[in-house]
Amino acid sequence: MRLELVKRKERSQKMALLSPIIAIGLTALAAALIFAISGHNPLVGLYKFFVEPLTQEWSLQATIAKATPLVLIGCGLAVCYLSNNWNIGAEGQFVVGALFGSALPILLPEFESGATLPLMLIFGAVGGALWALIPAVLKNWFNTNEILTSLMLVYVASLALDYLVRGPWRDPDGYNFPESRMFSDAATVPDVFGGAMSLSTPITIVIALILAVVLAKTLKGFEIRVMGESPRAGSFAGFSAKRLTLFSFALAGGLAGLAGTMEVSGGLNQLLPTISPGYGFTAIIVAFLGRLNPIGIIIAGFVLALSYIGGEAVQSAMGVSNKIASVIQGLLLFFVLACDTLILYRIRFVSHHAPAGEASHV
Amino acid sequence: MKSLLKATVAAFALVAAGSAASAADVKACFIYVGPIGDFGWSYQHDQGRLAVEAEFGDKVETAYLESVPEGPDAERAIERFAREGCNIIFTTSFGYMNQTLKVAKKFPDVKFEHATGYKTADNVATYNSKFHQGRYIIGQIAAKQSKTGVAGYIASFPIPEVVAGINAFLLGAQSVNPDFKLKVVWVNTWFDPGKEADAAKALVDQGADIITQHTDSTAPLQVAQERGVHGFGQASDMINFAKDAQYTAIIDDWAPYYVERVQEVLDGTWKSESTWDGLAEGHVVMAPYTNLPEDVAEMAEATEAKIKGGWEPFTGPITKQDGSVAAEDGVPLDDGAILGMNWYVQGVDDKLPQ
Repeated sequence: MRLELVKRKERSQKMALLSPIIAIGLTALAAALIFAISGHNPLVGLYKFFVEPLTQEWSLQATIAKATPLVLIGCGLAVCYLSNNWNIGAEGQFVVGALFGSALPILLPEFESGATLPLMLIFGAVGGALWALIPAVLKNWFNTNEILTSLMLVYVASLALDYLVRGPWRDPDGYNFPESRMFSDAATVPDVFGGAMSLSTPITIVIALILAVVLAKTLKGFEIRVMGESPRAGSFAGFSAKRLTLFSFALAGGLAGLAGTMEVSGGLNQLLPTISPGYGFTAIIVAFLGRLNPIGIIIAGFVLALSYIGGEAVQSAMGVSNKIASVIQGLLLFFVLACDTLILYRIRFVSHHAPAGEASHV
Repeated sequence: MKSLLKATVAAFALVAAGSAASAADVKACFIYVGPIGDFGWSYQHDQGRLAVEAEFGDKVETAYLESVPEGPDAERAIERFAREGCNIIFTTSFGYMNQTLKVAKKFPDVKFEHATGYKTADNVATYNSKFHQGRYIIGQIAAKQSKTGVAGYIASFPIPEVVAGINAFLLGAQSVNPDFKLKVVWVNTWFDPGKEADAAKALVDQGADIITQHTDSTAPLQVAQERGVHGFGQASDMINFAKDAQYTAIIDDWAPYYVERVQEVLDGTWKSESTWDGLAEGHVVMAPYTNLPEDVAEMAEATEAKIKGGWEPFTGPITKQDGSVAAEDGVPLDDGAILGMNWYVQGVDDKLPQ
């Protein structure tokens, strides 16, 4: 006997809404099982992992802060993916944005005014956009595969950061350790609500809401969706695929670069040899979990961030290995994707004895 | 459905209430940069944590987070501990320095202990050990045992602590064989078994028959074991990974310090200090001298005893790589010169990354 996936004729609206909830329920069951097997109280484990981070103001803020860069990058990527531009290099655009944004406080540390931070954020967005335009230009003029070029540029960006932090941008008072000087207060994204969250979060939410409106209500949003689904139809309407490639890459790169600058300025306060625990790649998952919709991406980013914070909570409270936390994060993604698949497809059991002709009907 | 929901909520509420209460007087918390299974740096810190548990029993509760990346994640991890009622928090990597200070400012009543850093505050102490004392001893052993007269050194970051280790090793070696050569490879990481092993292989290929390391994994010693050369355990006794290759190991024993500091929190006598102790105080321990001829082991033991008696391995004459004099005959370097060391001694076959 074997299993086959058969495409459903219709997508159930009700199940589309229920599937994330079912997925979280299944993750909780599996997590409880893992806690029980590893000799921990499953109820305590579940509470610490999924509930406790939401009950305290600080951990709630920490979760939102962790979600912020994921959401901002994910929103830009959604525009790329909706318009059929496969930008895999947000991690590199994040890093280059951070480099552009950090140039000001590192090279001109005495320049401290109200204009410092806004200029840094603009530099960061411009840097990320320029970096993202490289694969876009190569795609338009040389027909290169943007998946490859954007991905490869991630490594170029990481090595550029590594070189600068170990070489020309190293802190003169840092005992040779590979880190830049600390940023001044004027170059720091200010905290809001007294703690774990910075101004990056409100900025991100505003951008996500604007993008949601643009995608749903404007001609540009229509253009993005049409060119993604049917480029030929779009060209009859006078839309240019090449212009849209430039636009979507520049937007995604700009948002990733902005996220990079805000993360460095608000979180680290300096450049280090690595500044991102893979935000640019995780944001790809967030974009698809959020169904390429900015509001969905906000929710998906929050759920993914919760899995990190919850993972730390069970580690510290119960002495659970951080590997178990990673397994639970993986299970969450597995169940979400599995439930999504079952909305679009149904499972059919095919027995070995069935006549060959019957299976080929599908 | 509704009653099930209610039951779940009630169960969670019970759990929450139950887990909040704790009988311990003091909670001591630890943040590690690597996995506790690295059998090197983080493993040894966790051994210190276990010693605290064994010493105080129910009076002290401990918690730890492992593999915490330096950066915003570290700040959140430290703050989590401060909020969860930890009275003393040990942050055990140099890269946690700025995050430790940032959180400490927000929680003036919590004590913080940062390993190997140089910034302190009223509630932030620093602690480190005189690992260079052990390095002098293994340098002497290397020069006695090497047939090629060349040793390979796998180094992490060109910070003073690492540079001082390289210099102490070579000074020890030169005290036995003035022509001894030292090759250095910078891997720019604390823990990356693959990179460390590659560096070890490259050094053996270049003629080094002694491999030593200032990184955290057991990989270089395992390469030494495979290639039939010798080496030394780093941070932890690694004899189980290199039965024939390990001559000895420089063991970081954090247990006495952790027990002492937690005791001070219990007594209310904790103060912010910068602790820098070595072999004499038991913070640095040499593993048993194995795979060595008797006279070499005796020499090592004699040097160990001399250092425990107060002798400083960085005692003149010391000549810098550029030929200038660092210390006159019989004059020891002061602590500041060792803690800020940014120059090589003469004989290192490498240019210090600047």
